[in-house]
Amino acid sequence: MQPVGPPARSAALPHDPRNVIELRHVAKHYPDGTIGLEEATMNIRRGEFVFLVGSTGSGKSTIMKLLSKQLEPSHGTIMVAGRDLADITRKRVPYYRRNLGVVFQDFKLLPNRTVYDNVAYALSATGAGRKEIRAKVPDILRLTGLSTKLHQYPDQLSGGEQQRVSIARAFVNHPPLVLADEPTGNLDPQTSIGIMQLLYRINRAGTTVLVATHDHHMVDEMRRRVIEVDRGRIVRDEAAGMYAAGEQTTDEFGAMMRDVEVGRVRERLDHLQGASDDELLWGDRPEADR
Amino acid sequence: MNFSFFMREVWRSLSRNAVPSFAAMASVLVTMLVLGAFIPVMQMANAAADQTRDKVFVSVFLKNDATKTDVARVGKTLEGAPNVKSVQFISKGQALKEQKKVDPEAFKVLGDSNPLPDAFRITPKDPDEIPAIMAALAPTNSAGAQAPIDPKIDEVKNARETPKLLGVMNAIRLGTGLLAFLLIGSSILLVGNTIRLSLFARRREVEVMKLVGATDWFIRWPFVLEGLIVGLLGGVMAILVLLVAKTALLGPLETVPVVNGLSTLSFALLAGVLMIASVAVSALGSGLSLRRFLKV
Ligand SMILES: Nc1ncnc2c1ncn2[C@@H]1O[C@H](COP(=O)(O)OP(=O)(O)OP(=O)(O)O)[C@@H](O)[C@H]1O
Ligand SMILES: [Mg+2]
Repeated sequence: MQPVGPPARSAALPHDPRNVIELRHVAKHYPDGTIGLEEATMNIRRGEFVFLVGSTGSGKSTIMKLLSKQLEPSHGTIMVAGRDLADITRKRVPYYRRNLGVVFQDFKLLPNRTVYDNVAYALSATGAGRKEIRAKVPDILRLTGLSTKLHQYPDQLSGGEQQRVSIARAFVNHPPLVLADEPTGNLDPQTSIGIMQLLYRINRAGTTVLVATHDHHMVDEMRRRVIEVDRGRIVRDEAAGMYAAGEQTTDEFGAMMRDVEVGRVRERLDHLQGASDDELLWGDRPEADR
Repeated sequence: MNFSFFMREVWRSLSRNAVPSFAAMASVLVTMLVLGAFIPVMQMANAAADQTRDKVFVSVFLKNDATKTDVARVGKTLEGAPNVKSVQFISKGQALKEQKKVDPEAFKVLGDSNPLPDAFRITPKDPDEIPAIMAALAPTNSAGAQAPIDPKIDEVKNARETPKLLGVMNAIRLGTGLLAFLLIGSSILLVGNTIRLSLFARRREVEVMKLVGATDWFIRWPFVLEGLIVGLLGGVMAILVLLVAKTALLGPLETVPVVNGLSTLSFALLAGVLMIASVAVSALGSGLSLRRFLKV
């Protein structure tokens, strides 16, 4: 008798050690019947920088949550660094999460802790001592432009500033895999560029980065791999893609608008090249890293 | 693990969540006050009940024509009966003396004659066995009258108030037991609920902690320590209040025998029990209530 049902994971596609993330026929059906993800199969290599795009409700956050084990898949297997996430026991989940830097779409800051303490908490949760915390936290906060906000509480910050705290917290451990869900969703274009530069630099240092975003300009500008999700299905995977698929960009008006916007971003990048020291962290272009 | 880190976490939480912490402490305080007042009262009631139990006995009256040999024979029979703890012989003369003490006027008219019979007083092993003893010594016949096992036994009687007394005693024991049960149950619910409320307000915080890679125990320790401190404070305050109440209320009554019995109960023991109870309920309550929120 032949077994019926989804093929065994090893039979379908053997694990490739170069892959940090592997999704095999992954589906997520929410308890209320909503389909978050359906038949998703993809690989992300070690050191890759990948954009996850798609309209609202398409399933980007669902993928992020599955990868950070906030959700369990309904079907299929998810492997991270060669480990099947289903094999990680509840007890081991915290240790698994320490290898991830997650930027949450809704920030998820601790409301009764200052900016500094929010970042410090994440570090001490991983077992870091006071010395290490004092060395690392101010650094990452400076890098994310929060030096003047150290002692503010989250409700005293703007949305963009809260987002930066979330980013600082995700990076402070130097995790090998960064999952950023809309890291620039609340930021002005200039700050967005800064965040993307930061992500890019982290990626250049060897970290695998997966970014879910709606930010057309950024995706088009950076020319990285783009995975598009639509109503829970992966519909496009291009090595150096644009935000929207080819035929959709033929719309003349849309193209014109985008050109105008891209032009503006370029202007800003040029402007930032001659920036001061503190701004440089935000403004240095990808090319400057080489 | 890192104790100073956890203590700093506790301090932060206590100072930033002052209202829920105070509520939890107040509920521990109130609970312990009620328990602390109730435990001595319960002990007193039980002690009083036990004292009454010792005064319960069965009287066996002999016929007026009973001889010395009859008395000796009946005495042996009674001692051999089941459930009997001790048998005391009360002669006509003794009985008269006793009764004269109780009611001198009534016996004056009788002059030197003695209408009282010889009697035995049986103390049962357990007051509840009195009906069984009576049935064994003088089973009731078909006509409903007593048929004593020895022809020289005239009548077997229990002290007039025995059934009523037994009923009251049992009611007291049952009542205090039930009350203690309800009190302990409701105090656990009260403290547990207060803690759960304060944790519910912080469930998002716990969720975030888990998402950044904190283990269950890393999150739980500060909560348990906090519960411990809250319980400690509540318990100490309850004991202080009880101590003040004891000296103020019971001090002047020291000479009243029943109250005296109460104050000889070791206050230190009571304080120890309350302390352990408050710390345990509060620390366990915090640690266990957290479980629901750790499933992230
Ligand atoms: N907890 C949930 N219960 C039920 N349905 C859910 C839940 N979370 C998400 N969904 C549904 O799953 C689908 C995918 O949601 P998801 O959050 O992954 O979208 P997204 O691509 O991140 O959208 P956005 O760009 O707006 O963040 C949506 O239709 C959403 O309504
Ligand atoms: Mg989303």
